[in-house]
Amino acid sequence: MNTIKTVRFVLKPIVFLFCLVPLAMVFTDAYGITGSLGANPIENIQDRFGQWGLRFIMLALAITPLRQLSGYNWLARFRRPLGLFAFFYVLMHFVVWLVLDSELLMSAIIEDVFERPFITIGMVALVLLLAMAATSTLAMRRRLGSTWQKIHNSIYVVALLGVWHFWWQVKNDISEPLIYAVIAAVLLGYRIWRNKLQVTPVRA
Amino acid sequence: MLIRKPADIKPSEITSKDAYFSRREILRTGVYAGGSLLAGPGLAATLPEARGAKLSGIVPSEFSTDEEPNPYIDITTYNNFWEFGTGKSDPFRNAQDFEPRPWSITVSGEAEVTGTFDLEDFVKPHTLEERIYRLRCVEAWSMVIPWVGIPLASIIKQFKPLSNAKYLRFETLHDPERMPGQRGRSLRWPYVEGLTMAEAMHPLTIFAVGLYGEVLPNQNGAPIRLIVPWKYGFKSIKSIVNIEFTERQPRGSWQRAQPQEYGFYANVNPNVDHPRWSQARERRIGSAGDGLQSIFGAKKQETLMFNGYGEQVAHLYEGLDLRKNY
Ligand code: HEM
Repeated sequence: MNTIKTVRFVLKPIVFLFCLVPLAMVFTDAYGITGSLGANPIENIQDRFGQWGLRFIMLALAITPLRQLSGYNWLARFRRPLGLFAFFYVLMHFVVWLVLDSELLMSAIIEDVFERPFITIGMVALVLLLAMAATSTLAMRRRLGSTWQKIHNSIYVVALLGVWHFWWQVKNDISEPLIYAVIAAVLLGYRIWRNKLQVTPVRA
Repeated sequence: MLIRKPADIKPSEITSKDAYFSRREILRTGVYAGGSLLAGPGLAATLPEARGAKLSGIVPSEFSTDEEPNPYIDITTYNNFWEFGTGKSDPFRNAQDFEPRPWSITVSGEAEVTGTFDLEDFVKPHTLEERIYRLRCVEAWSMVIPWVGIPLASIIKQFKPLSNAKYLRFETLHDPERMPGQRGRSLRWPYVEGLTMAEAMHPLTIFAVGLYGEVLPNQNGAPIRLIVPWKYGFKSIKSIVNIEFTERQPRGSWQRAQPQEYGFYANVNPNVDHPRWSQARERRIGSAGDGLQSIFGAKKQETLMFNGYGEQVAHLYEGLDLRKNY
């Protein structure tokens, strides 16, 4: 099998299954098979979906640096699925909030979205992810041309908003969001550094 | 008032009828040692040291709610006790090795009787009561918890506070060796909380030493903690080592960390939101069932003013703007 086939028929399905593990564990934890959802199951699943959303955003952002540094160009094929899983988990996080946490109480939802900045930020990030997910197909990419790149550049904004949102909602202990902030800084910093490297020789 | 017992504890284990009435007898004869912490004969509450040991001589209280208490597992695995970590299950995991005994409590400030007392002497003059209370966390969840404790008022009286003692200031043990959460800076240590004298003397306010008729588990604030059921949970400071009678309003740890979000009073109030979330409703922990039912069956309920204890405590705050004094 050549590399393309290996990626397509072996690696991709494996990665796909791994990406579904956090979802599966909600069920196995609910029934006490792998662990438990604790005393407050709704908060527990809302938090873990949010955390996985953020992790997949970081994973999707890590693909390009890894590809460039390693020279394995086939890594690029994992960027879209990882991005879509990021969207999937953030969407689950949002749905849990909407249906189970807010119980679809419209007045409370509107108040939260407009008056609680950490939720406003989360909403903005979700809308950006939605725009990226909706234009993620190859056909869309061809059709949108340079607009496509503009839309998809917002992943950098989403990463920052996601960390900010997490940072803002903790009570006093910022150690967890700080870890994500550092990862985001490295991943974004790498791109700035790389762009500079590429630009300088042209001008020289 | 009917006191409902948790299913897995026989009423006889909590207190036998005979013991209950003989205790009432003693209370009526009113043996009360002034000045020192001497117990009257037979009145002495004893605190066994063994983890999970049964407490004896507990009397029921008319202040208990008849709502169904949360199972022991909820109360002991879902805790905010940052001395043992900031995650909800951290205290359960990290407090297992904590040795809460021997324990002493230092009483200082504006009172006639001050000094350092062994926990045993501290509780000995009092009768243990079961108090089944609602607990409302500032994070908008709640539980019903069968505490065992002593009215703080009867403890305070023993120390004969002076007339300029306007507040009580409490401190948790500060010992990063024993409390791993204190090695980090998630809060400024030691944890501090305070009450007005009127709040502290209120009959609902207790020092808890037990849970479900047993010695208080480490993760719940062993060996002795405050319970103020009409205030958000963070006011009910755990593992207390210092009590000071003071003229000045104490500043609690959360109030110091985020003054825009946490005030001195911290009374449960559905009309005053936390800046980042609504306080109008709350989730009663563990009310939904097992499996997926635990996710899809959980419903929120309205939060009550003063956590439903308004009839007893509203008078304490007459004339006070609760929006400003949150
Ligand atoms: C890119 C988008 C988003 C990301 C990456 C994200 C991620 C997170 C993370 C990591 C947490 C902390 C979980 C924890 O404490 O362990 C969190 C909390 C929270 N998020 Fe999001 N979130 C996003 C969007 C949203 C949206 C759209 C909403 C609702 C409109 C929302 C509502 C919340 C709420 C209410 C909490 C606090 C949960 C609690 O009290 O435990 N988030 N989010």
